[in-house]
Amino acid sequence: MKIALGPILYYWPREQVQAFYEDVARWPVDIVYLGEVVCSKRRALRLEDWLAIAARLQDAGKEVVLSTPALVEAESELLAIRRIAESGLPVEANEMGAVRRCAGKPFVAGPHLNVYNHMSLAWLHGLGARRWVMPVELSRDTLRDFQARLPTDMETEVFAFGRLPLAFSARCFTARAFELPKDQCELRCGEFADGLAVDTQDKDPFLVFNGIQTQSANTVNLIGELPTMAAAGVHVVRLSPQSEHMEAIVAAFRAVLDGTESPEAAAARTVPLCAGAPCNGYWMGGAGMDWRAQPN
Amino acid sequence: MGRVELVCPAGSLPALKAAVDNGADAVYMGFRDATNARNFPGLNFDDTTARQGIDYARKKGAKVLLALNTFPQPNRVDTWTTAVDRAAHLGVDALILADTGLMHYASQNHPDLRLHLSVQGSNTNYEALELYREQFGVQRAVLPRVLSLSQVRRVIENTKLEIETFAFGSLCVMVEGRCYLSSYVTGESPNTYGACSPAHAVAWEEKGAARNVRLNSVLIDSYGPGENAGYPVVCKGRYRIGAQVDYAIEEPTSLSVLDVLPQLVGMGVKALKVEGRQRSPAYVAQVTRVLRAALDACEADPENFTPHPEWVAALDKVAEGATHTLGALDRAWQ
Repeated sequence: MKIALGPILYYWPREQVQAFYEDVARWPVDIVYLGEVVCSKRRALRLEDWLAIAARLQDAGKEVVLSTPALVEAESELLAIRRIAESGLPVEANEMGAVRRCAGKPFVAGPHLNVYNHMSLAWLHGLGARRWVMPVELSRDTLRDFQARLPTDMETEVFAFGRLPLAFSARCFTARAFELPKDQCELRCGEFADGLAVDTQDKDPFLVFNGIQTQSANTVNLIGELPTMAAAGVHVVRLSPQSEHMEAIVAAFRAVLDGTESPEAAAARTVPLCAGAPCNGYWMGGAGMDWRAQPN
Repeated sequence: MGRVELVCPAGSLPALKAAVDNGADAVYMGFRDATNARNFPGLNFDDTTARQGIDYARKKGAKVLLALNTFPQPNRVDTWTTAVDRAAHLGVDALILADTGLMHYASQNHPDLRLHLSVQGSNTNYEALELYREQFGVQRAVLPRVLSLSQVRRVIENTKLEIETFAFGSLCVMVEGRCYLSSYVTGESPNTYGACSPAHAVAWEEKGAARNVRLNSVLIDSYGPGENAGYPVVCKGRYRIGAQVDYAIEEPTSLSVLDVLPQLVGMGVKALKVEGRQRSPAYVAQVTRVLRAALDACEADPENFTPHPEWVAALDKVAEGATHTLGALDRAWQ
């Protein structure tokens, strides 16, 4: 099983992003997804910058994929997708406009495409998809049903670590929290390296706002499920970057895959490293926020 | 320019009749199971009532659309493909689909059946819409409620699909079809189960003078004395950010496009949709009547169209939070 690093979903400063990927080049990850998936107003890095990072990571032996935005409305965003599709690098398509642009060559069907059954996946396969990332709300049992019908040259990737992307909006909720209109948002999302905390009125961590994206406050951590995933024939696990401890988290996943650490020990060891409390409810077939020891 | 179609919700046979009797050009319905996104107890149609509804609508010159707008998982695909077959057999005027697998199935097995792309398909640009036309012969798309007026115009100018937009009803703030807020809390989402905030997960509790509402243990809101309590959906709850407690995502409000009706009609929107299959026949009658009057007035004289105060008042009376918004439509920005 390969380890993939998902795209950075937050708006980190340019220098931090570049330093992060300098480190990633040395980490034991196989695949790195790059690019701005959440908001087109975030322009600290241009396509040229991402391509430079891609070249650096390829030199280090990584497979690099450019991810397209999840919500594409404006003409400028369509132009950005066309440029990504024509960049020469493999592409992860995160909405159907990008799928149209990628059709005919191999691409990755990203986690923000609605792929809920094998018929849908077969259709994408016909268009050129050679890897797909299961939507985060689907379960281990559903994954097995997919795997039983998987096209032979299709890889399955599972979102195995990180705060869950739960929703996108045309509105920016980070800007709203500061009573700013979206067109004068001041890029305040850049102040929250792991999202802006949204708690319930009784002070339970609930969600985090990441600009136009809403994420879970809890952090998915499926490190203990790696043997189950391996048995189910999962090809790739995706770790979604958080601002701290990412190297240690990658190392823990690698250690379990290499058999040098038990899944149980790694699960326990990574709990304090997570940005939020751990959850695995979707994987277990229940509410995404829950932590369950056993499936339903 | 062709006449704009008014598409109204039919959660039940009485609601269907209310829509048709009050001027709907088309109604949309769903089967009584998880194949549609309003899978609530007591709602929707079996084959007998669907047949009765279709007969009633046809006699009065209205079309019937059938929504199969949820996403089947591999072990349950048969229920959905059977629903496609049932709909074709019933002779509905179009199927409203969200899932590409079902689109493929319908286009292969019922090539003459007209297909509409549901808002739950979550497609917000013309490149995406054209893909559905090229691949499945889809003829109409319902746009998510995240686009500005100029973005809607841009879509219409660049796709051969007919475009349907929402005219009135409860407002999803998130991009429809890719919102997991409900399943994150309850395990059931519109995509997987056909319902947002399923009723069995809702719990009300009195705490002192406050009335709390929880969704599967998560406190969604707390109402003080005299405050109107709404149905608890995650996106319309009040939460704490720092020291502030507020509607962090959206206040309870309904979408109403009366203020921009001439622009929508003028740019070539083909159909206007009313949300609310979960609402009563009285709601459907009221909203249909107002929108029929507004649309007729707008089409007769778009340049001098202004929403009548009594229309606005009538709609606000049945609106969530008793107030309305243009949502994303009036954004000047991108």
